[in-house]
Amino acid sequence: MRVYLAVYALGLHRYSTYRVATIAGIFTNAVFGAINAAVMLALFSVRPEINGYDAGDAVTQVFVGQALIGMVAIMGPPLELGERVRSGAVATDMLRPVSMMGWWLADDMGRATFNLVFRGVPTFAVGLVLFDLVVPSEPGRWAIALVSFVLAALVSFALRYLYELAGFWLMDSTGIWAVAGLLGPVAAGMLIPLPLFPPAVADVLRVLPWASIAQIPAEVFLGKESLPGGSPLGGLALQAAWAAALLALGARVTSHATRKVVVQGG
Amino acid sequence: MADLLARTRESVLWPVRAYVLLAWTWCRALAQYPASLVMMTLSTALGAFAEMGAVFVVFGHAGEVSGFGMAEGLLIAGMATTAFACADMVMGMVEVLGRHIRTGSLDVMLVRPVPPLVQMATDRFAPRRLGRIVPGSAVTVVALAACDIDWSAGKVLMLPVLLVSATAIGCAVWIIGACLQFFVADAREAANSVTYGGQALTEYPMAIYPKNVVRAATFVLPLAFVTWQPALYLLDRPDPTGLPESLRFATPFVAVALCAVAGACWRFGLRHYRSTGS
Repeated sequence: MRVYLAVYALGLHRYSTYRVATIAGIFTNAVFGAINAAVMLALFSVRPEINGYDAGDAVTQVFVGQALIGMVAIMGPPLELGERVRSGAVATDMLRPVSMMGWWLADDMGRATFNLVFRGVPTFAVGLVLFDLVVPSEPGRWAIALVSFVLAALVSFALRYLYELAGFWLMDSTGIWAVAGLLGPVAAGMLIPLPLFPPAVADVLRVLPWASIAQIPAEVFLGKESLPGGSPLGGLALQAAWAAALLALGARVTSHATRKVVVQGG
Repeated sequence: MADLLARTRESVLWPVRAYVLLAWTWCRALAQYPASLVMMTLSTALGAFAEMGAVFVVFGHAGEVSGFGMAEGLLIAGMATTAFACADMVMGMVEVLGRHIRTGSLDVMLVRPVPPLVQMATDRFAPRRLGRIVPGSAVTVVALAACDIDWSAGKVLMLPVLLVSATAIGCAVWIIGACLQFFVADAREAANSVTYGGQALTEYPMAIYPKNVVRAATFVLPLAFVTWQPALYLLDRPDPTGLPESLRFATPFVAVALCAVAGACWRFGLRHYRSTGS
């Protein structure tokens, strides 16, 4: 356990050195948030309510999404594992007396923690200054939202880890990222909130794992009744189920991959 | 005199020839993996459709936003996608300037007899970006047919001029964004706010944004001339944001001016560039 904590701390420390990049990221997320929020305000000024969402909900979701983008890395950057699979350096990772998935999970959670605190919070703060966002009133709901964000980080790690593991069979995960990097944000409700899609499409997307990365956390943050079971706890349950299922799948695929690995000479 | 003319012609033509040659080299290299190229191009197209799909969804719910209906909205979104996709294809690779500085590959470019901007723009030239241009143009053409446009010879002639101007503005924005990395090598993501952010901003009628945003996008960083002013011109609409109507005729001049600014930024950055020495 100590080794994972050390890897986590190193991940956290490593990302904290890219200060200028973090500021640039906050700026970009805030600009995209402001543009998308203006579009939502224009839409909702014509139609005050769409499938249970009003202007405040939509603008808040836009900024929750932008605040989470850095943490969940749904549009990249990919885990370094992919490059190591391609170059063969992954053989070194396998020599370590720790689980490969655990190692990368600890490293990515360090990155996620840094991004949530130092990139997500400032981005959301910009949104609070510029727009009327809907913010939970009781501390209990903040705690639930935080749990939801952590689960989002776990689901997103599991998905990205699986993308990279595909590299064991495909040699290169670039193709997977080309598709997943574009469709992931749509299915997550980051391009536009899922309630704006036709209800039949939204209902399907909502139960897929990508929704647990942004749409479900946003609804938990807003305290929406459209969540499974009609309460934020139902949303957390859905996220936890996906996190458990995908991490279990990741562990299984890892053992398959490590048994078939052939490191190309060099 | 003839000698001077020939030299000038050479100095303009050589970068263009070098660009085409280098870009073609990358195309041929990528064509060695045809299945991968086709799949990457298709997934790029899918992304373009998803973005324009968002515009479709918004106008589908609203019917009309600031006096612009579905057809006009898709015209603007299609033009934005096309222009920024063209600019991305021609100049998008300059955004990794910071990486070239860090790894020292910019130094290598500086000693080669081809302008460094050409080398950088063609490095890993990606023909898959055609996958964005095709859906963008398709949506633009369909929307042009669906919009109620009072066609005249002038408008038909202006159409290619507007597209080239919009692409040139996009290229200039990419270069200006990249030049920031001469001074702050880690600031790559900040450039995204004007490049990809510029595309997001110009995908919708500017009238939906606050007035000071529209003014900044007209007079500071003239993104309004990528789709908004051209659309007002094509549709013969008065400007709902209250800016002078003569602005719409300025599009080509704005493009030329912004390219000059981008060129100046690039030369300024290059003069102040100090190698990392590794």
